[in-house]
Amino acid sequence: MKDLSLHVLDIVQNSVRAEADTIKVTLELAPEGKLMLLVEDDGRGMDAELLTRVGNPFVTTRTTRKVGLGIPLLKQNAEQAGGSLEITSEPGRGTLLKADFVIRHPDCPPVGDLPEVAYLMMVSNPDLTIIFTLKSLHDESVWNSEHIRETLDGLSIQDPEIREGLRDWFQSDYQLFKQNLLLLS
Amino acid sequence: MTKVKTLADLKKLRENLQDKIHVRESGEHPESTIQVKVAMATCGIASGAKDVMTFFVEELEKRGINAIVTQTGCMGYCYAEPTVEVTLPGHAPLVFGYVNNRKADEIIEKYIKNGELVDGIIPELYHSIDETGKEK
Repeated sequence: MKDLSLHVLDIVQNSVRAEADTIKVTLELAPEGKLMLLVEDDGRGMDAELLTRVGNPFVTTRTTRKVGLGIPLLKQNAEQAGGSLEITSEPGRGTLLKADFVIRHPDCPPVGDLPEVAYLMMVSNPDLTIIFTLKSLHDESVWNSEHIRETLDGLSIQDPEIREGLRDWFQSDYQLFKQNLLLLS
Repeated sequence: MTKVKTLADLKKLRENLQDKIHVRESGEHPESTIQVKVAMATCGIASGAKDVMTFFVEELEKRGINAIVTQTGCMGYCYAEPTVEVTLPGHAPLVFGYVNNRKADEIIEKYIKNGELVDGIIPELYHSIDETGKEK
């Protein structure tokens, strides 16, 4: 994966497949110079046994192939950048994944096109509530697909003018987040 | 109209578009709508499926084709990613492999618009995997 936004796109699919209704994706800048990624869902969760195995690339719940690289690749990227990956889960309640990266580390991956990823996720999962939060020391932006849907009142998220509007909105929040990220790097 | 920067701005934009009755009937009549599913598991994403999906979302809209573009998982053709499954109304789904923006353009112009087949179709074998329960 070239950047964090692609990892987000990938990891969120795990939550979708776990039949989550609400998925929260949070990117947070910690003052000590860490970039944290949190993905939280209310899906079916994992038991302790599966939880110990998900970091293994040869573990997957799929039947179409025998490898599952989503979590191992994110784990590798986090560890290469001086961070770590941690997953907590409870069967029937949901899963929380946390990955963190040292911003000043030369191998810290770029965030990537997060606005586009957020948009595509909302287009693909019209029945789910997807909440993106970008948190910096003093700023916080939230993109909540449920609120967007209510606001659009039946108009498609794929309408060209709406798409343009959403893109401008997400971009302006993201640019602010990137400036804050730059201050820590 | 100034640029949208908040949810409140989006609401204003929505109000300005009030008279627009372009409501997409997503999911209501899936059998009569063109469906484009971009495989976006780890393998697809790592091969550039995100850009392909963006291309389909933008271009289908620009070219006035009413279609539902969505994500799907891995179909087991990791070697041929990005793969895209296209379902025309009344037709069986077709899976195309090695799709980049150029191929996507060809799929829209030839297959979606005219029903002409294009190179790169992957034989649709994956049903048998589920049916037999075999892992292969």
